[in-house]
Amino acid sequence: MWYHKPVINEELLQSLPNLKIVASSGVGIDHLDLNLLSSYGVKASNTPFVVSTDTADLGMALVLASSRRLMAVSPDTEYFPADWLGAEVSGATLGVVGMGTIGYKVAERAKAFEMKILYHNRNQRNKEEESAVGAIYCKKIDDLLQQSDFVLLSVNLTPQTHKLIGKKELELMKPTATLINISRGLVVDQDALVEALQNKVIKAAALDVTYPEPLPRDHPLLKLKNVIITPHIGSATKKTRRLMMENMTESIQAGLAGLPIPNEVF
Amino acid sequence: MFRSKAFSLLKPIPLMSGQPNLAYKFIHPAIASHGHRCHRRGVDYRQRYKTCPGSAGGQTISAPQTKVMAEEELPGVLVLDIGGTHGVLENVAALLKKHFRLITMKEFLENKKEMSKKIQSVFVFEGRPTIDQELLESLPNLKVIGNSGVGVDHLDLKMISNFGVKVTNTPHAVADPTADIGVALMLASARRLVEGCQVAVSPDTKYFAVDWLGVEVTRATLGIIGMGSIGYRVAQRARAFDMRILYHNRNRRKEEEEAVGAHYCEKMEDLLQQSDFVMLVVNLTPETHKLIGKKELGLMKPTAILINISRGAVIDQDALVEALQSKVIRAAALDVTHPEPLPRDHPLLKLNNIIITPHIGTATVQATRMMAEEAIANMLAVLSGQPIPNHRRRRATWAFGKLNRWHTRSTAWPHGVPEETFLPHYHEGIS
Repeated sequence: MWYHKPVINEELLQSLPNLKIVASSGVGIDHLDLNLLSSYGVKASNTPFVVSTDTADLGMALVLASSRRLMAVSPDTEYFPADWLGAEVSGATLGVVGMGTIGYKVAERAKAFEMKILYHNRNQRNKEEESAVGAIYCKKIDDLLQQSDFVLLSVNLTPQTHKLIGKKELELMKPTATLINISRGLVVDQDALVEALQNKVIKAAALDVTYPEPLPRDHPLLKLKNVIITPHIGSATKKTRRLMMENMTESIQAGLAGLPIPNEVF
Repeated sequence: MFRSKAFSLLKPIPLMSGQPNLAYKFIHPAIASHGHRCHRRGVDYRQRYKTCPGSAGGQTISAPQTKVMAEEELPGVLVLDIGGTHGVLENVAALLKKHFRLITMKEFLENKKEMSKKIQSVFVFEGRPTIDQELLESLPNLKVIGNSGVGVDHLDLKMISNFGVKVTNTPHAVADPTADIGVALMLASARRLVEGCQVAVSPDTKYFAVDWLGVEVTRATLGIIGMGSIGYRVAQRARAFDMRILYHNRNRRKEEEEAVGAHYCEKMEDLLQQSDFVMLVVNLTPETHKLIGKKELGLMKPTAILINISRGAVIDQDALVEALQSKVIRAAALDVTHPEPLPRDHPLLKLNNIIITPHIGTATVQATRMMAEEAIANMLAVLSGQPIPNHRRRRATWAFGKLNRWHTRSTAWPHGVPEETFLPHYHEGIS
């Protein structure tokens, strides 16, 4: 399964009596109906760890691109106005929502830019991990939202994280803050985000993921000047894609041989 | 004796009666932090400025007149303009006004006779105003040109020195934001951010192609040409991405190497042949002019990306166009070009394997303010005839220029030198 296709539904499963395993590319499995698969006795796997550094790199790239306004350059330029300014990343506060493998790697990178790092996670990480990146735990997401200059979402999509960032959360954020999403489009209430950006409730957003992908061409997000959208390229590098495919092949081979499946998801 | 715990660079103090000159207390940060005791009665480092020829020198000034005189007694600083397309920013103008009488080029030209004698300093912002022979001849009392930014390649240092005028720059304020832009450009070009954005918003996009790929940054090889203050900070950031870091510099920097795990390449060719990303962080001098030409581009990997955050003229631009068109290298990302901006029909603007940003290395709210503060401190020190601590003793030769070495708020120097900020900084153009 590559980029969530082909779509696995009841009809397809019924027509494939010998199907043993579905190997899905990437780490997200929100597009898989695991109950359905298991009712047909089909196993599933993903590719969790290989995507993490590239996705973290992209997260950092979006933090930098949005703060220094890299995308705001136009072909109509006659001169460069002297008051065209960005904001410094060094010394700013990054709030990581979801400190898993990817979130942690973002924190490692952000530390080198002398960013102050807050994080919110279901569970607090241990002291060594926290102090290695200088991250401060925020048990309540509200605390993180109120103090961060950049809020970066790196959770997976589950019923609990669906629309995790809505109108209330956006209003808690600083008006000078930027929202970065490298998780899934549905983690953000997109309509609330449009409104928040239009009314300058927050300063800007940088989204590698939206819902749907791509957005309909008349969607308001495409028209806003304070939004950067990239076409879900978190893991889009040659090496990583190759590693993903190798992982998937291993999982398939194990699944077909009846052996324990690497990266199996339940 | 006045000692301030709060870090305050400059504090105007009220005139004492009987003194026509305006005294400023220049709290030297290094001194303040080291708790230096003033052995003189009264205020530390009182600076006296020459009164204007027309003022009433030597007379007793009554209190209400004091404030008015104070403003006129401030040394004049010339700027191109306030606000508008090329003028200094409003907040920078406000900072300047605290310590100088701000004179715009327009005011100067309208009233040359009176203004020319008042101007003791020029604040150069984004290369303006242009300092030419004519201007220097018309400013008899000019002592110092305070440049905002670290590059001084736009100034004819020899000519300026012939007029007995000093030049100062702001290496401290520019280092972090410029390093940030360097890494931002490296990430943006590697992951094809600009192209990606265009795909994401294009009216023709129906789906996202699954074979749309960029290249990895983590664990790739970064070659830094010019390991000065900015280059070192780039290396610090690159280390967090687990990059293999090579550097080429006129001189080897062993301690810094160890701190960031960088490998010295005595020959630039070695760096060019091994790097996935080549970043130029030198200053522009006759030696670095067209440092990267056809030969150097040919030595680079065909999969490599060239990033320039130094000066446009460090690259042979025509050779770069050819190299990018023929895929001799993969891509380029330039914050600087020659000229700026490029003519709208320039071939570089038509390529799709290039990112160009409008010289925004220090274009942040914080950096603009810090550069102004650093420049102001520099200019005031020169005008007061202040001895500059560490100026001679700590000169260090970096990259291809001669820069004084100022330590920053970050842990850039692993051997634990105390933090000193905003020390007046000279750039000696003539060696």
